[in-house]
Amino acid sequence: MELPTDRRYLITHEWHKSEGDTIVIGITQFAADELTDITFVDLPKIGTILKAGGRFGEIESVKATSDLYSGVAGTVTAVNDKLATEPGLVNRDPFGQGWMIKLKVVNVAELNLLLSAADYSKKTGH
Amino acid sequence: MLAAVGAGGIEDLLRQVPANIRLKGSLSIPAAMDELSLRRHLTDLAGQNHPVDQKVCFLGAGAYDHFIPAVVDFLAMKGEFLTAYTPYQAEASQGSLQAFFEFQTMVCQISGMDVANASLYEGATAMAEAALLALHSTGKRQVLVSGGVHPHYRRVLKTYLSDLPVTYREIPLADGVTDLAALEKTITPDTAAVIVQSPNFLGHIEVVAAAAKLAHSAGALCVQAYNPLSVGLLKRPGDLDVDVAVADGQPLGLPLQFGGPYLGLFSARNSFMRKMPGRLVGQTVDQEGRRAFCLTLQTREQHIRREKATSNVCTNQGLLALRASVYMATMGPAGLRQAATLCHDKAAYLADRLAAAGVQRRYPNRAFFNEILVRLARPVSQIVQRASAAGILAGYEIGREYQELSDCLLVAVTEKRTRGEMDRLVEVLAS
Repeated sequence: MELPTDRRYLITHEWHKSEGDTIVIGITQFAADELTDITFVDLPKIGTILKAGGRFGEIESVKATSDLYSGVAGTVTAVNDKLATEPGLVNRDPFGQGWMIKLKVVNVAELNLLLSAADYSKKTGH
Repeated sequence: MLAAVGAGGIEDLLRQVPANIRLKGSLSIPAAMDELSLRRHLTDLAGQNHPVDQKVCFLGAGAYDHFIPAVVDFLAMKGEFLTAYTPYQAEASQGSLQAFFEFQTMVCQISGMDVANASLYEGATAMAEAALLALHSTGKRQVLVSGGVHPHYRRVLKTYLSDLPVTYREIPLADGVTDLAALEKTITPDTAAVIVQSPNFLGHIEVVAAAAKLAHSAGALCVQAYNPLSVGLLKRPGDLDVDVAVADGQPLGLPLQFGGPYLGLFSARNSFMRKMPGRLVGQTVDQEGRRAFCLTLQTREQHIRREKATSNVCTNQGLLALRASVYMATMGPAGLRQAATLCHDKAAYLADRLAAAGVQRRYPNRAFFNEILVRLARPVSQIVQRASAAGILAGYEIGREYQELSDCLLVAVTEKRTRGEMDRLVEVLAS
């Protein structure tokens, strides 16, 4: 599976990509495939303050409902509204159009504490 | 079987059970009876009951002696339907699921809400689950409950909240209804839910929309406990800007049966669908495109979501939900309106007759549905006992729950009460 190397990962399968002083968060292809058909994504309100390792939402598929976590601290500046009507975007394009939230982070360096693509691959075995 | 498990005898089988916890001697129970004797014995025991249909019942306080059309018993007792809960392998029981789906649809219609579940245990747990929904979906930590909410419901709610980091506060009554000024003073940005009951325990109709407005201005949810029969006449919770509506379904074709089992009705606005407790039946199509029913949104439930489930409730009151469905479908909107109107008009007749005989309502300016609170000149328990001797259950001694009202009697009137019965009650209460 092609794993983008331009971003960092959590063992709980969220990717974090830096875009200037904001961080975009979504979930990996592996997580989306494991969940199977995604039916609902519950995302936070803009302005919500998140701690590193904090829960920012919930993702529901026909099989399971799971929590979503952010690896960095920050304030939510944008959420992907398209997922409200088209949650299947997460299945089809998890690393692109299936993004979930954007964070204005407190400390960009926190990103470097997360897993690299290679480490995520090694730790999760995918 | 002993041979199959390699045990020489019953003693050998039980050898592993420590001797000090083994029962010595036989159980202290009577000897077995044959079927004929057993039936005679049970008939004797049942004969010691005082069934409500052998009395004239003005007792209410949350459970009411309404008329139940024969079709309710007939359909609900059919073998294909007669089961207590949602069956395992639920989708194999399409008939049950269709009945629950129709139940949910009718609960939405009578409550004016968007989505209903397939029922909970009874009104009290439904209200407690509504408080949990409010706490989970707002992330706040305070629950405000009107003193007009059924005292048993409040106790169940307190038990539910007792091990959570949550504050429970009661809003006092003023002149027989929730003191909205006190509510406004007590409500904080940390309030998750404002819970009111209308008609309230004293029988009075609350200004629910005002309570909902106060709740919403503080970012809290408004929960209303309602009487499902009263909506034949009164505005529905959904018309009053309520977020979650809960009720005990007993008035909908359920006998009084020793105070339970009853039926919890739970419905909410669409935005809370995924936070709802209990089971939900959905309509779908099978692989050949035919209409079919399934349990839906199960990923929020305990068997999948474990400790993060929205609720511990994994079942429903299947048989009683079925009874309520048959009742609601039989009555229809016009029938519910007629039954509600009869209840109210008869209660109004009784209130007038009592007033003429010198027995006044405690709060004469308050609007009521089918229950009136009257002040008696003589000790309430004495009058209740005298009425009982005359075959009349006169009402509920409300002083048992509200000390300041210990000179009052709460009298419920249903469509079953006749003018003659009410006139007899007036005589007893005015004497």
